[in-house]
Amino acid sequence: MAIRRQVLKGALGLSLAAALGSAAFAQDAAKVGLILPMTGPFASTGKQIDAAVKLFLAQNGAVFGGKKIEIILKDDTGNADTTRRLAQELVVNDKVAVLAGFGLTPLALAAAQVATQAKVPEVVMAAATATITEASPYIVRTSFTLPQASEPMADWALKNNIKKVFTVVTDYGPGIDAETSFANKFKAGGGTVESVRVPLRNPDFAPFLQRASEAKPDALFVFVPSGIGAQFMKQFVERGLDKAGVKLIGPGDVVDDDILESIGDVAIGAITTHHYSVAHDSAANKAFVTAFKAANGGMRPNFMAVAGYDGMRVIAEALKKTNGNTDGDALVAAMKGLSLESPRGPILIDPDTRDIVQNIYVRKTEKKDGELFNVEFAIIPMVKDPVKAAKKQ
Amino acid sequence: MSHLQDRVRASLQASRRWHIAEIVFWLIALGSFWAFPRHLLLMNEIAILALFALSLDLILGFAGIVSLGHAAFLGLGAYAAGLLAKNGMGDPVLGLVFAMVVSGFAGLLSSPLIVKGNDLTRLMVTLGVVLILHEIANSWASLTGGADGLQGITINPVLGLFAFDLFGKTAYLYSLSVLFVLFLVARRMMNSPFGLSLRAIRDNQLRAAASGVPPSQRLALAYTIAAAYAGAAGALLAQTSQFVSLDVLDFHRSADVMLVLIIGGPGYLYGGMIGAVVFKFLQDTIAAFTPQYWMFWIGLFLVLFVLRGRSLIHGGVKLFMTRLPWLSGRGRS
Repeated sequence: MAIRRQVLKGALGLSLAAALGSAAFAQDAAKVGLILPMTGPFASTGKQIDAAVKLFLAQNGAVFGGKKIEIILKDDTGNADTTRRLAQELVVNDKVAVLAGFGLTPLALAAAQVATQAKVPEVVMAAATATITEASPYIVRTSFTLPQASEPMADWALKNNIKKVFTVVTDYGPGIDAETSFANKFKAGGGTVESVRVPLRNPDFAPFLQRASEAKPDALFVFVPSGIGAQFMKQFVERGLDKAGVKLIGPGDVVDDDILESIGDVAIGAITTHHYSVAHDSAANKAFVTAFKAANGGMRPNFMAVAGYDGMRVIAEALKKTNGNTDGDALVAAMKGLSLESPRGPILIDPDTRDIVQNIYVRKTEKKDGELFNVEFAIIPMVKDPVKAAKKQ
Repeated sequence: MSHLQDRVRASLQASRRWHIAEIVFWLIALGSFWAFPRHLLLMNEIAILALFALSLDLILGFAGIVSLGHAAFLGLGAYAAGLLAKNGMGDPVLGLVFAMVVSGFAGLLSSPLIVKGNDLTRLMVTLGVVLILHEIANSWASLTGGADGLQGITINPVLGLFAFDLFGKTAYLYSLSVLFVLFLVARRMMNSPFGLSLRAIRDNQLRAAASGVPPSQRLALAYTIAAAYAGAAGALLAQTSQFVSLDVLDFHRSADVMLVLIIGGPGYLYGGMIGAVVFKFLQDTIAAFTPQYWMFWIGLFLVLFVLRGRSLIHGGVKLFMTRLPWLSGRGRS
């Protein structure tokens, strides 16, 4: 009997403590539920965004529009069921004003229903399939879309005497987006394309690269998720594709700034189109990179970090605009049409699609002062997501 | 002979009687609904994992069939229920039954692979089956949504009355009810001559065959039932999250459920449920403290637990049953 009574007491105490804990700070705080893959194969995405979010708050203070932003970080391990449950718990238990993060497309999509049902803005800081923003009217994106980054690559290739391209992409939403948007544009311009898709989990590129080398293309177009690029580049060289004179082109994910050093010199000469390079030449970027490195033991920020940084800024600006009103509809309305000067250059949240409009840069991977950088040499200004733009016409 | 039959019958009847501890267990499960309103979603996941572990217990704990691919039936059930709902038939109970039929049928079809062979071949075969299904689900993107997951599932209210809410109230009560009903059925089955024959096969297949139990048939039947149970767990997963991702067919699902059953102890039906509570609770608490490094602590716990602490939970359960005879139904009679 005594045992049972004690267990009961313990349970009562626990639930009481939980209830009290949630009641405190409810008044003048705006909670942001940050759901990221902090463990598992996509942990680097989580690490970059988490660091950038912390940096933004450290630099700008946490109070905007009279509300103190409080971050609740959750690890979804890159697993969509968990993302959905965490999103639901954050909304129901922690009463978050904004959901943010979302490392991969399936994860962002899994939370979309929760955002709609709870009328809470979902700020997508990483996932890059074009259709994501259509899954809920509460989704706002600060990263990029794959077609946005891939179509300019087709233009560049056509102009630079590349006639035959072999594409290797990871077999999921963003990869398919990258492949189709590139291939359509490239074929329309008179080029020929052969395509293969590599599974998302446990990718082994060797057999695919074998086929690529047999096809003898002018260039190999590649998309792999952030963090996987090192593996790909290693096998690219092992297969001797670089020596066969095959150019490496694609959206910038494969030469991700975060892992560029570990890829090594084999990356030199790769031509990529992307929205951010750590080498972007602007005062805002220099300040961002210096502060980010100082706060994170010398780790370079990559395009994930800049999207997390801007994502926090979008949330902060929206809070300022609404004077601290955390109503979901008001926040989304405030985010629409926001125009900011980001470390990557000017960005705009498209008021029609809630997707990001930004410059896309053509870059070449080079060695400068003993370090590898993606050096920008051409700009395509203020590119909208071509998939949604085409639908509108 | 008739004397022996009487004894067996009496023993089965005795094991069918409800122990007070069992009633307390289910009352706690129901009471948690009011006690922990903040954790209904987690409790829903626990109930689903418990059902999945119960399903594994039927074949591993009772029939002695080892499987590294039990997620095959979980995934089939999830996709079956998800696809049914996506195509306009969103009634949850209908989806549940459909998923059980699909998974049960798949279990029946694959049972010849399981019935023959030893533990090692069973491990390999079950692992192979789930890998094949995973690849099919990945490649057949027009049907399953591939790696992006199955989108656009809408589930109608349970029995037309209780809509699924953001708090997980309906979800938990629905999953708990399904778990309870299927548990009752499993309990009755395992405490019947059928259950007894399974245990006989597990302990010594030759001797069981010699005493007139047909091992192949019984094992195939047990495997089919377990597959249907796993399908039900999959359906619950798909319906309560209104989403199916490739992850339901992932290897870690099969591995997790085995861990859960080992933590709780196989062969007495409650093992899976206790294991599910311990596993999920640990995972959630540690992950809340340290989102980056929780896997390290889980790993450490599991190693220590399997080496040392297993007797803690199992011993605790036994202690509870024996030391407190006044709690036990048998003590009173």
